[in-house]
Amino acid sequence: MKKRLKKSMVILILLFVSITGLIASDGTEIDTGATAWMLTSTALVLLMIPGLAMFYGGLVRSKNVLGTVMHSFVAMGIITVLWLIVGYSMCFGQNTLGGFFGWNRDYFFLKGIDTNILEAKVPEYVFSMFQLKFAIITPALIAGAFAERVSFKAYCFFIALWSLLVYNPLCHWVWASDGFLFNIGAKGAIDFAGGTVVHISAGVSGLVAALFLGSRRGYPYQVIRPNNLVITMLGAGLLWVGWFGFNAGSSVSSGLSTAQALTATQIAAAAGALTWILIESFHQGKATALGFASGILAGLVAVTPAAGVVQPYGAMILGILASSVCYMAIQAKNKLGYDDSLDAFGIHGVGGITGALFLTFFIRPSWMAEAAAANGGTWSMWSQLVVQAIAVGIAIAFSAGMTFIIIFLLNKFIRFRSTESEEMAGLDRSYHGERGYGMLNPS
Amino acid sequence: MKIITAIIREVQLDKVREALIAAEITRITVSRVSGHGQQRIEEMYRGQRIIPDLIPKIKIEIGVNEAFVDITVDAILRSARTTDGEEGNVGDGKIFITPLEECIRIRTGERGGSAI
Repeated sequence: MKKRLKKSMVILILLFVSITGLIASDGTEIDTGATAWMLTSTALVLLMIPGLAMFYGGLVRSKNVLGTVMHSFVAMGIITVLWLIVGYSMCFGQNTLGGFFGWNRDYFFLKGIDTNILEAKVPEYVFSMFQLKFAIITPALIAGAFAERVSFKAYCFFIALWSLLVYNPLCHWVWASDGFLFNIGAKGAIDFAGGTVVHISAGVSGLVAALFLGSRRGYPYQVIRPNNLVITMLGAGLLWVGWFGFNAGSSVSSGLSTAQALTATQIAAAAGALTWILIESFHQGKATALGFASGILAGLVAVTPAAGVVQPYGAMILGILASSVCYMAIQAKNKLGYDDSLDAFGIHGVGGITGALFLTFFIRPSWMAEAAAANGGTWSMWSQLVVQAIAVGIAIAFSAGMTFIIIFLLNKFIRFRSTESEEMAGLDRSYHGERGYGMLNPS
Repeated sequence: MKIITAIIREVQLDKVREALIAAEITRITVSRVSGHGQQRIEEMYRGQRIIPDLIPKIKIEIGVNEAFVDITVDAILRSARTTDGEEGNVGDGKIFITPLEECIRIRTGERGGSAI
């Protein structure tokens, strides 16, 4: 849906230039139902960011709780301002520099979309703000990989650069009507709400950053325990709620496809969470709360690219698969000994890859029929799998390479990793001069 | 038998624990306390600098036999100081040593030095 919409948007803008004011003054062009749902979705996706802050914040030690929460919150500030200036244009403008990213003069400071209404009968402001929320949460997800050990200043520069050089190009390739991954194969690479753009890119970048920065002081010999799992559980709950905006809002409508995405989302999350605690019960003997939360996320991440094309049974299988694979990935992490502190790669990277690839086997027949028609008669599941694999491969290679370059260069100017004394004192005191909690036992 | 009570900076807890473990002192009790000594620190809330009159500290309590007193004290001295040189900074903390009359292991009822 996102895809069809962008094609028409370009036309609409051209139209708009010639008959300025006509569309805007005519209020009937707006579908109030769709607009109302998109406004709700925009708010729901924003709610995921405090949700993520709580999820991550609860998992770190008490001396780092505010610093970790701030990693999510500061993204709301930085990315919003960048989005206004260049972000929206780079993501949804016309191909520039051979299609590396987009550009549209009208999107600079969003000054040309004041009265635009998309073909989906939704004001373009709503679409732009909805997409902004995705751009905010993606760099915030990365912070989980290098929690408890990065300088706040360097982090701010990092997410700004990462958003410009990794997120915006990738978003343009996958979601803009002239993006090359949007047009690959018969009906494009399937990424309904951000499997490649959001989760794979954030997860893989997190892994690269975690490897570059090294482990936290004392890891893995010193036991590092979460300071408050209750906050983490509440955060996971908010993420689940917000995900309805994330997935069901990505239909940019309020209708059948919205309902399909919403159902798939609920089922995958539940199946993922149940699978995780079942595996844990057999493997460790206890079903943990954090395991349940991890399963929710694994299921949600896996269904993100798939929500628009899979039927409920497919969503359930994706949830089960994602939790199983992510569980193994985290076991492997513990064996390998690298410090992806809050499992940004283990859940978002691995879950995103699992979802983006395995969704191929559960695509609803009507989608395959449309793809076959577009391809001139035939289009098989396997051809689509190749397309998905190409998109996933490009997302992995691009985000890994670019993240390495950004961190390597940034580190020459600003020390990315905290000094030993800053790390021991904790992010809260070192960078913010505050304390998250009053009197608690040391953890 | 003695009780060694050390009041240290929160941030030095990791280092002190590492030093104690290296000196094979593993049986300790740690609590979060606040108090007032010579040190003044600054915190910031809504652009206001605040100097709390009670500063958060960590209290470590270790029960030891006579032979371990110096080892323990040395380990804490080495690890709780915040400068690389000989002298530390105001706020590094204090160590108190008090006599310990009796020590009883609850599980077995053992008394004295062997129960520590």
